[in-house]
Amino acid sequence: MGAAARAPRLELKAISKRFPGVVANDHVSFAVPAGAIHALLGENGAGKSTLVKIIYGVQGADEGEIAFDGERVQISSPREARALGIGMVFQHFSLFEAMTVLENIALGMDEPPPRRELEARVRQVLDTYGLSLDPYRHVHTLSVGERQRIEIVRALLQQPKLLIMDEPTSVLTPQEVEQLFETLRRLASEGCSILYISHKLHEIKALCQSATILRGGKVVATCDPREESARSMAELMIGGSLKALSDKSGAAKGEARFVVASLSAPGEPPFGTSLKDVSFEVRSGEIFGIAGVAGNGQNELMAVLSGETGKGVTGSIHLDGAELSRLSVGARRRAGLASSPEERNGHAAVPAMSLADNAILSARSRMGLASGGVIKAKAARDYAAKVIEAFSVKATGPGAAAGSLSGGNLQKFVMGREIMQNPAVLVVSQPTWGVDAGAASFIRQAMIDLAAKGACVVVVSQDLDELLELCDRLAVINEGRLSEPMAVKGISIERVGLLMGGIHGVGQAGAKPEAGVRRPTADARQPEPAL
Amino acid sequence: MSLDLLVAILMTVAGAATPLLIAGLGELVVEKSGVLNLGVEGMMLIGAVTGFAVATTTGLPVLGALGAMAAAALASAIFAFLVLTLMANQVATGLALTIFGTGVSALIGAPFVGITTPTFGPIFPEALTSSPLLRLVFGHSPVVYLGLILTLAVSWFLARSRAGLILRAVGESDTAAHAIGYPVLKVRYCAILFGGAMAGLAGSYYSLVLTPMWAERLTAGRGWIAIALVVFASWKPGRMLAGAYLFGLVITMELQAKAAGFNMFAPEVLAALPYVATIAVLAIISAAKRGGANAPACLGKSFRATA
Repeated sequence: MGAAARAPRLELKAISKRFPGVVANDHVSFAVPAGAIHALLGENGAGKSTLVKIIYGVQGADEGEIAFDGERVQISSPREARALGIGMVFQHFSLFEAMTVLENIALGMDEPPPRRELEARVRQVLDTYGLSLDPYRHVHTLSVGERQRIEIVRALLQQPKLLIMDEPTSVLTPQEVEQLFETLRRLASEGCSILYISHKLHEIKALCQSATILRGGKVVATCDPREESARSMAELMIGGSLKALSDKSGAAKGEARFVVASLSAPGEPPFGTSLKDVSFEVRSGEIFGIAGVAGNGQNELMAVLSGETGKGVTGSIHLDGAELSRLSVGARRRAGLASSPEERNGHAAVPAMSLADNAILSARSRMGLASGGVIKAKAARDYAAKVIEAFSVKATGPGAAAGSLSGGNLQKFVMGREIMQNPAVLVVSQPTWGVDAGAASFIRQAMIDLAAKGACVVVVSQDLDELLELCDRLAVINEGRLSEPMAVKGISIERVGLLMGGIHGVGQAGAKPEAGVRRPTADARQPEPAL
Repeated sequence: MSLDLLVAILMTVAGAATPLLIAGLGELVVEKSGVLNLGVEGMMLIGAVTGFAVATTTGLPVLGALGAMAAAALASAIFAFLVLTLMANQVATGLALTIFGTGVSALIGAPFVGITTPTFGPIFPEALTSSPLLRLVFGHSPVVYLGLILTLAVSWFLARSRAGLILRAVGESDTAAHAIGYPVLKVRYCAILFGGAMAGLAGSYYSLVLTPMWAERLTAGRGWIAIALVVFASWKPGRMLAGAYLFGLVITMELQAKAAGFNMFAPEVLAALPYVATIAVLAIISAAKRGGANAPACLGKSFRATA
């Protein structure tokens, strides 16, 4: 027993996992002591998720062994992992929208106790960790942070010895992140080890005592993040020096070119958010950011700006003085308003069609890829080839199916397809979501270059860091209302966080809460008092 | 109106409501698991003819009802294989099942047209049914009581039992249920088989109790009313009970009007009454709820397991 107490909580010894054509994990070894918060750091595709799936028993390793509390273990299913005391909070929640919090928790347990007992235990966990959550609320009325709390409670109820958190902060407001960190620190102080997977370096510096950095499936470094700089870790992660974005000073000086005024629209059923009196202006050469937690009207705003939604829309959209809000998608594109939605596969591009055909879909009128209803195949291939070349898209050529490209490459193609049409306004949603750091940096630079030519760029993103790096000004969308825009230089992160969390009226006039019309969720999104 | 007549009418209402209730409860469970089976009418006909055939051959109506459940469950198993394993379109397959059931039941039933069958005896002693009021409580066919028990059972199963919770989870988000580790297709197979058995039982009620005889298309479209009732009930068993008895009343009114010589309209107009009521109810509910906000989120969608 004495030896086991000193042995690390989790130890991986030379774990390897191969898939056809790729080595996902190549002799990965590291150890997490009891009560430690250990970071697993790496880009998309570095092998983090495969490794985590092996630890949680979703996949089996080809080679290597796992020791838990000093004893060699075989974990062949999530159930066995849970029995050992391994809990996991997934990046994409497995929650049932129309069911209550309590029902969701019961569904996630192997042998749930009777409802009363479960409720008592849930309330006890909530009290102990200062989390606020109503067990009888339906999930679709909860904010993303509250949904994550369900997953955390679900994991904590099994009294885990090791908690795996997979990219837990990607959708949280800064305040919610701080609250999550408090919970995790407290858990660690009670002896629970935490394996924290992320690519957000400043969070890892703030939270973790040790870090393992993966690149191309191999461990490239193990370090103490508190003693490294964010830059040095980033360079270890991507295996090269990080190219800084070019300075964007000198841009954003013209007059307002793209003016959106009092835009309102109904939400998409069944649980959509309606837009309420959204107004903003973008000057020539300016990059304008729209921050916010997912599901606060971003999709609806994108659909209204691109022209996909016309029904029930009131307000106006002006580009260089011309009114666009009654025009179709195609007419808006001809007028110079290009857009790229959040979902690449199936919305921005048709996966089964070639890149050339996908180019025709959005660029046919501006680039003359069709005339009189007849497609010009050669022009389309040439245009697609030009995009592939200019945006260094890794593809076999214009004939490659869009679905065969990796996420980052398809996103580069989609962005290139829009940007090379020289639009007057580019509206994009989540331009670098799920894209590796190299491609993300390339896409951001392309948007900066487009703005430098005098175009207006509107970026809707949940990644606040991205917006702070990219934008001249930003506004926050919450419950379908847009805050007053703020200059990014000297911005208060705390205030942005409060706006994202739904505190209206913090020195901002844009949002006028309609008395009595607010959905119940509005109240639920008030931040809880500090722990 | 004499008390006797009133009691007789109320008993007819219960009789007309029971098959709607039983078939509707079956379909409700199926839809809660995320599957839309439009083959209720076909399965009811298969149940009706099988029940009749077994009961006349063996002389045991109970065996007939069990046979009806087995036969209709078998038909629903074909449907389940097509839509779950082969991922065929649920609407088209359900319609095909109804057409198939109509044809097969006519074929099997041909030798049985025009003969009568033994039916269920009363379950309570005769002393209990001497006065009209007592008859209203104790004088029904056993299947009527079974319908009420089933309502309670299904209601408890969905709201309180662990299996019911998993079934609702599968209908709400098949991908999430799969990710947690629940067997989505197995749950749906079970739900479809239950729905089939209930439709079979409801069908046999027509051929063994209501009109103890067999005729082609005996159920006369009542299976469609059962499907509509699921929407009417917003997928809640308690409201299913209310809905079924409401429609039982409409059907009884049609019969009573005919019997009373009410001939202001052609008899076809009266016969259409329950179906007109079905459409009206659906239209009102859809308008009020914008397409049924209470519907299971995965209703009618095929599920393919990944990873």
